[in-house]
Amino acid sequence: MAQAVPAGTKWWSGGKSPFNVEYGKLMMWYFLMSDSFTFGAFLISYGSIRFATNGWPDPNHVFRAFPFMGETNLPLVFVSLMTFILIMSSVTMVLAVAAGHAQDRKKVTFYMILTIIGGFMFLGCQAWEWWHLHGEGAWWGRNPFPNADGSKASTNFTNFFFTITGFHGFHVFSGVIINIIMLIKNLRGDFAKRGHYLMIEKAGLYWHFVDLVWVFVFTCFYLL
Amino acid sequence: MSSIETTSSSHDNAHTTFDTRPIWRTFWILLGITLVEITLATIHMKTGFPSKYVLNGIYLILTCAKAFYIIAEFMHLRHEIKNMIMTIAIPALIFVWFIIAFLWDGSSYNALRNRYDAHYRDANKVKIAPPSEPTDKEHGSKEE
Repeated sequence: MAQAVPAGTKWWSGGKSPFNVEYGKLMMWYFLMSDSFTFGAFLISYGSIRFATNGWPDPNHVFRAFPFMGETNLPLVFVSLMTFILIMSSVTMVLAVAAGHAQDRKKVTFYMILTIIGGFMFLGCQAWEWWHLHGEGAWWGRNPFPNADGSKASTNFTNFFFTITGFHGFHVFSGVIINIIMLIKNLRGDFAKRGHYLMIEKAGLYWHFVDLVWVFVFTCFYLL
Repeated sequence: MSSIETTSSSHDNAHTTFDTRPIWRTFWILLGITLVEITLATIHMKTGFPSKYVLNGIYLILTCAKAFYIIAEFMHLRHEIKNMIMTIAIPALIFVWFIIAFLWDGSSYNALRNRYDAHYRDANKVKIAPPSEPTDKEHGSKEE
């Protein structure tokens, strides 16, 4: 992490990690890079299909509901809440990493719990959104929403929406599982025994990546 | 852990202070950008200004800004050493080609179908619902 590295250090002369990061963390970075290509391929194929189609449903028309409000016309409000939840849980994750650097086991536990709660809240929001859209008749292969210009839309819109948000939601879910495992290991004192909290950092990288992907999903599906 | 040394390994954690101030600053920046995006979208819905094409450009720039802050500050990449950053950043450049090539391909396919496939072209003229963006219509009618 942030280090005062003496100038003129010979990184490639052997005996030290030339990238100045621990092996597992470096591999997490490369995994995330490959994962970003997977998400990129999904989102770009979505864009490609959208460019290859004359009409497309208007997101402000499709995503205008809010839980427990009945028939509402609040475009973007619910998804903004989801974005806020995810950014917030990203912040608590960084704070957990920071606490790990300070070797503060109690604080790591506290912030990991907050992060996990944030993850579950996001998943709950997504479950509600899927359930609501399914209730409106949208699913893979079914699209009740007309194009923005009033013509009949293909099922591409719902297919891409459920596939990509589903794939992202699956990442969130596995991120929550990883965070729970990290929390249990921390409660058992594994990291304190080991003397460092690098595992928290690696889980954190994954968690931030999930947040990062959401930024793009948010733009591609709800704004554009 | 491995026997290879990194300056951030356990024994010198004493002087590894992880500053929490930039975290909160980043949080406010991300929140602010998101609010700007939502505000712009709301203004567009109410008034039809700025136009959708301009707005999409703004969204993409703001999205990239958010991505930069998450990667640089939350994932802490900005504070790694340069060689390491480059092994991540340079392969990611393939996205520039990836996005341009595939969107171009999509729109080219659409243009070809609109020119040669009359059925495809006309299918879009059949309206099954009123247009869901009345704002553009209102905007247009004012000019009439």
